[in-house]
Amino acid sequence: MDIQEIKRPENLIYQKPKSLLDTPMHYCPGCSHGVVHKLIAELVDEMGIQEKIIGVAPVGCAVFAYNYVDIDWQQAAHGRAPAVATAIKRLMPDRYVFTYQGDGDLAAIGTAETIHAANRGENITIIFINNGIYGMTGGQMAPTTLKGMITSTSPHGRQVDINGYPLNITPLLALLDGTCYVTRQAVHTVAAVRKAKKALQKGFENSMLGKGTSVIEIVSTCNSGWKMTPDASNKWMVENMFPVYPLGDLKDNG
Amino acid sequence: MENKEEIRLMKGNEAIAEAAIRCGCDGYFGYPITPQSEIMETLMDIEPWKTTGMVVMQAESEVAAINMVYGGAGCGKRVMTSSSSPGISLKQEGISYIAAAELPCVIVNVMRGGPGLGTIQPSQADYFQSVKGGGHGDYRLICLAPASVQEMADLMGMAFDLAFKYRNPALIIADGVIGQMMEKVVLPPQKPRFTEEEIIKLCPWATVGKPETRNRNQNVITSLCMDPVEMEKINEHLQEKYRSIEENEVRFEETNCEDADYVIVAFGSVARISHKAMEMARKHGIKVGLLRPITLFPFPKKEIERLAKRVKGFLTVEMSAGQMVEDVRLAVNGKVPVEFYGRLGGMVPSPDEVVEALTSKFVK
Repeated sequence: MDIQEIKRPENLIYQKPKSLLDTPMHYCPGCSHGVVHKLIAELVDEMGIQEKIIGVAPVGCAVFAYNYVDIDWQQAAHGRAPAVATAIKRLMPDRYVFTYQGDGDLAAIGTAETIHAANRGENITIIFINNGIYGMTGGQMAPTTLKGMITSTSPHGRQVDINGYPLNITPLLALLDGTCYVTRQAVHTVAAVRKAKKALQKGFENSMLGKGTSVIEIVSTCNSGWKMTPDASNKWMVENMFPVYPLGDLKDNG
Repeated sequence: MENKEEIRLMKGNEAIAEAAIRCGCDGYFGYPITPQSEIMETLMDIEPWKTTGMVVMQAESEVAAINMVYGGAGCGKRVMTSSSSPGISLKQEGISYIAAAELPCVIVNVMRGGPGLGTIQPSQADYFQSVKGGGHGDYRLICLAPASVQEMADLMGMAFDLAFKYRNPALIIADGVIGQMMEKVVLPPQKPRFTEEEIIKLCPWATVGKPETRNRNQNVITSLCMDPVEMEKINEHLQEKYRSIEENEVRFEETNCEDADYVIVAFGSVARISHKAMEMARKHGIKVGLLRPITLFPFPKKEIERLAKRVKGFLTVEMSAGQMVEDVRLAVNGKVPVEFYGRLGGMVPSPDEVVEALTSKFVK
């Protein structure tokens, strides 16, 4: 079997999702964003929901999410994605509406919007990329930055007496009556990617069942911000992030 | 709710709420603040979601409310928010994004005295914030200034029409007097809300979901553009739009300006007070006219320029330290004196004070 034969459509067992645009991604090699974007595009294809889904992009690295996933998008002001998504879903209840937010967006500047949208039980899906750092602005301390972790605004490591504790916001969201599904996933191994995809699908499906808000946290790497190779980042995440942000379902109302 | 014209006695704030429903508004998002809370209270009491399907939401903050407006407007819906001065300050980031993304929406500011938390009494000191931009970047709002409860109702529909005509936020800039006082008002008949098919036709840019069947690119609502060459083009496009608004949408009301020696320029409730002052001055034989801008942006500068060629002077009266007077002076361009009289911090000028200001500054 030569290469041309292998490439024939009937022999393909894997291809780029239709809903993933050809624009080269600006994400750094090794960054988790690209994998999560691909999962969203795969789900849009598999669930056949391209004309029923509206994404809300954050401020941060994923501000350009609309360049990669071929659906209608709104780009929200920093932290306000849950408010933007609230209105879209209330005004068009038969649409799948999700936000895609980083830790600075969701857990610092947008804490109020996040908690109140979740507490109202808005039927939206919140995808939360937690890499413990501000990627887009060049590696500053995030609310989720670990104790002792070095960033450009905590160059001697995050010190609790100066910077406070890492904000573990996902368990807090699980406490709210408005959330129906709160889970924490990662995309560092094939198995983890498959689990994360199932979680995202469940989040999307929930938004049509009127059960409330779904929150899917993806504990992620930022190898550029962390100043590590992609491989070392994955290892560092497993050893340092997972103990503070353990993977698994925090809440599932079925 | 009646499907026909209806005459009622009501507060300005209540008229805003009633008119919003009747002009086919899809969604209201607000946060309580005096002196405009009756707008949301009235909507919550009427429960329009049971009749027209209009969504009414009390947000967790003014910031959230304006971003809900962004989300709704991005879907081509007729959405609005209302607040009063400190709350409008909080909304400025969102308003800048809405203007930049060229989304239509209506914002109502029932102004109170500032700066800071200030007072809950009426004021017009948000003029600069309203007509010069308010948030960051080069943008303008279409600013409509009602002077009666009737106009609160009338300008609501006009604000939505202009907002959609130009894909630009429209601001109803009222003051606490207009918001709180009761007057007779003729409410318009109920207009149906736009259907989804109508929205897709009227707003091909709206994010309603990318159809697989119809061949269109994804719709993206954003204000981000990293390329300065492109960003300058976007800015130039916006400026062209604002010039077109200035060319086509100026609205004002003139009383007794034909034979006037002096013209009072005032908007909102101060125009009502100045109207009385004009009548009193005329009884004393002083030929006074009144120019009441209804649009503050676009400002009736051509009309002021025209009047400046033959009157002896202008008196601008405001509930502020003198904000609109700067635009009057720019229009008059030094041809005749432009004087100012204002009260501050929630105080309302009386007609006597306006006549006194007029005579002391001009007639002497």
